[in-house]
Amino acid sequence: MSNTTPGNRDKRSPQPSLLQRIRLAFSAFFSILSSPTVAARVDRLHRDDVPAPAAAPVAPVAPLRQAAPDAALQLLALLQRDARLIDFTQEDLASYADADIGAAARIVHEGCRKVLREHFTITPVRPEAEGSRISLDAGFDAGAVRLTGNVVGSAPFKGSISHRGWRATEVRLPKLAASHDVTVLAQAEVEL
Amino acid sequence: MSTPRYAIGVDLGTTHCALAWVDLEASDGDATRHGVLQVPQLTGSGQVEASTLLPSFLYLPHADELAPGDLDLPWPSPHDYAVGEMARARGATTPIRLVSSAKSWLCHAGADRRAAMLPSDAPPEVQRVSPLEASTRYLSHLRCAWDHTYPEAPFAQQDVTVTIPASFDPAARELTVEAAKAAGYQNLTLLEEPQAALYNWIQHSGGKWRRDVQPGDVILVIDVGGGTSDFSLIAVLEHEGTLELHRIAVGEHILLGGDNMDLTLAHLVARKLAAAGTTLDPWQMRALGYACRGAKESLLADDHGELAAQPIVVPSRGSKLIGGAIRTELTADEVRTTIVEGFFPDVPVSNRPASRVRGGLTQIGLPYAQDAGVTRHLAALLGRQVDATAELAGFVRANAPDATFLHPSAVLFNGGVFKSTLLAERTLGTLNGWLAAEGAAPARVLAGADLDLAVARGAAYYGYVRRGHGVRIRGGTARAYYVAIESAMPAIPGMEPPMQALCVAPFGMEEGAEAELASQQFGLVVGEPIQLRFFGSSVRRQDPLGTLLDYWQADELQELGEIRATLPPEGRRDGDVVQVRLRAVATDTGTLELTAVAIDGDGHWKIEFDVRTNG
Repeated sequence: MSNTTPGNRDKRSPQPSLLQRIRLAFSAFFSILSSPTVAARVDRLHRDDVPAPAAAPVAPVAPLRQAAPDAALQLLALLQRDARLIDFTQEDLASYADADIGAAARIVHEGCRKVLREHFTITPVRPEAEGSRISLDAGFDAGAVRLTGNVVGSAPFKGSISHRGWRATEVRLPKLAASHDVTVLAQAEVEL
Repeated sequence: MSTPRYAIGVDLGTTHCALAWVDLEASDGDATRHGVLQVPQLTGSGQVEASTLLPSFLYLPHADELAPGDLDLPWPSPHDYAVGEMARARGATTPIRLVSSAKSWLCHAGADRRAAMLPSDAPPEVQRVSPLEASTRYLSHLRCAWDHTYPEAPFAQQDVTVTIPASFDPAARELTVEAAKAAGYQNLTLLEEPQAALYNWIQHSGGKWRRDVQPGDVILVIDVGGGTSDFSLIAVLEHEGTLELHRIAVGEHILLGGDNMDLTLAHLVARKLAAAGTTLDPWQMRALGYACRGAKESLLADDHGELAAQPIVVPSRGSKLIGGAIRTELTADEVRTTIVEGFFPDVPVSNRPASRVRGGLTQIGLPYAQDAGVTRHLAALLGRQVDATAELAGFVRANAPDATFLHPSAVLFNGGVFKSTLLAERTLGTLNGWLAAEGAAPARVLAGADLDLAVARGAAYYGYVRRGHGVRIRGGTARAYYVAIESAMPAIPGMEPPMQALCVAPFGMEEGAEAELASQQFGLVVGEPIQLRFFGSSVRRQDPLGTLLDYWQADELQELGEIRATLPPEGRRDGDVVQVRLRAVATDTGTLELTAVAIDGDGHWKIEFDVRTNG
């Protein structure tokens, strides 16, 4: 892909525009949600947090994998079908009263819930109640637990859980026919 | 053929199908290894997902409606129809191409069930299918799903039990077998759904059921599914130290279920909206039905009466979600008056369902129950069956002599409707009110059955106990069957000759039993069909074979449509008359077979139950 050769990188603006960032954020969101591998990679990216080009100009750069968009598109289609999520987010809220938005939000909320329940098994990363104190031994999975606040010293780390985290233990996306076009998120409907 | 590895149970429901299995090799005694098949099905065009339930809907798309590959399944798939979730979803927007409730049509004696007639309101260019064909497609989908999931244990080699409503008449039973055969089912047995539910309860108890029931118990199974209500009464007795279960009575066929309740609520809310000046189109009406079901479930699950109302939102059809949605609410009071009081009224046991004389036009549609009161239908059954245990050999607890209805001592609920504890409690409360009024002890609830999947699971378990691994429910046929005979008397102008009813199959014929009627002969004209009016009775337990009834109460005998025998003209001349006797056999499969047997010679001809009354 284009982003691995320096020449191409030079052509790009080093600071993506807001629009590009939004697109990137959405695509990352769904890739992370649908693929544990991508999630692990992104997480590693977060932890290392290295300003890559400057710090290691000679070290070999691990190629970043672009997640196949199919699963993300499929999930978007499900969220549109059951929760009308695209309809909802494409509308301008400014002109509507809160009561109208609330009515629509019920459809979106109920539908999103259905999609999550039917297609994912989501469990908390930490089974303990939020607020309870836990101890993290050396070698804990930094991909699954994020340390915040006064991060100093060495393991075991003692702290209280502010968020239990979520982990998708199972993903059950519909199987697709070979010819199925996933870029159609919702078919246009024509009533005869 | 090799010994089956699995006992498979198939619930062919009015609104949903399911398939469960018991691993015969890995099961021993009360400990069974069992499961439910995740059925891969189309959920949208070109999308396949697995679910435990297969909605019993068939969609017949227009040739240009779908892209190539949109109907692809994990197995070689049909290219002109879809069943399951996608069929239901597509059919919601294009109802003229949707086949639903095929099972209710299958037991509708007024319709020709082999004729391509569904969808009944389809335009002429839609290639219609028969109720039989629709059922075949659901069953066939389940078989393919099994073979896809367990390729090492081919479906055709397993032991299969298909469930039917207890109220199915001989014709509907035979048609179910025909559909299953056409779908490639081979080692096939039929089982009544309420019995399957009780089998599931027994299986679920893991052997403890023997402590939960005593000899003398009468178990009432109340099964209210999506489209039908089905009741059965099962007596517990002791024989040589072991408990035996006898199914002593079944209810009538009542087309009344959860879908009717959702529809009623949707109309109630639509009327409210109409009063406020908002009218709904058919698409919104269906969306409203969905929304009402959700709200109803929340309100009925609320045991403490904390919820006063649930908001109902009907989304707009276009992409403007926020501006276009219609908002209203469903109150707890509305649900209470409509569902609890409307469908489960707390009536005295002497109450009976209202019935109007149907106009001729109603024949076009399904004969839906005219009285929505499930409790009234229940009162009618218990009242009709007051003497059901009187002649049961070995049954210890006789009904009180002055009882006006049969007193059940235990209740097993089944069907999605009873996920609402409120409705289960109301039904039990009403029943216990009746019992208290006659000084009888209250009935207790047999808990623990899985309301959605009990029938499929129980059917699979039945395949296991039939091989000698547990208690079986006995009882045989739940009706006695009669044919009408015209009395030999001089014709009186202006009067139809009076009719007599001849018992051709007595009550309680166990599987394998045979009854040949020696006393009465019929003359069959070669080449011309002989048609006989056919009746069933769920209360005349004592009529032996050959009984000739001159007179009966109106509610004792129900007409089941006509039966027909045709003699092929082989080796005879048209117009010849052959004298025959009638022979009834309760088959191992679970159907009744009537044959005409020639008195001279060894010819015999099957009598068809499924005859279209008006040709």
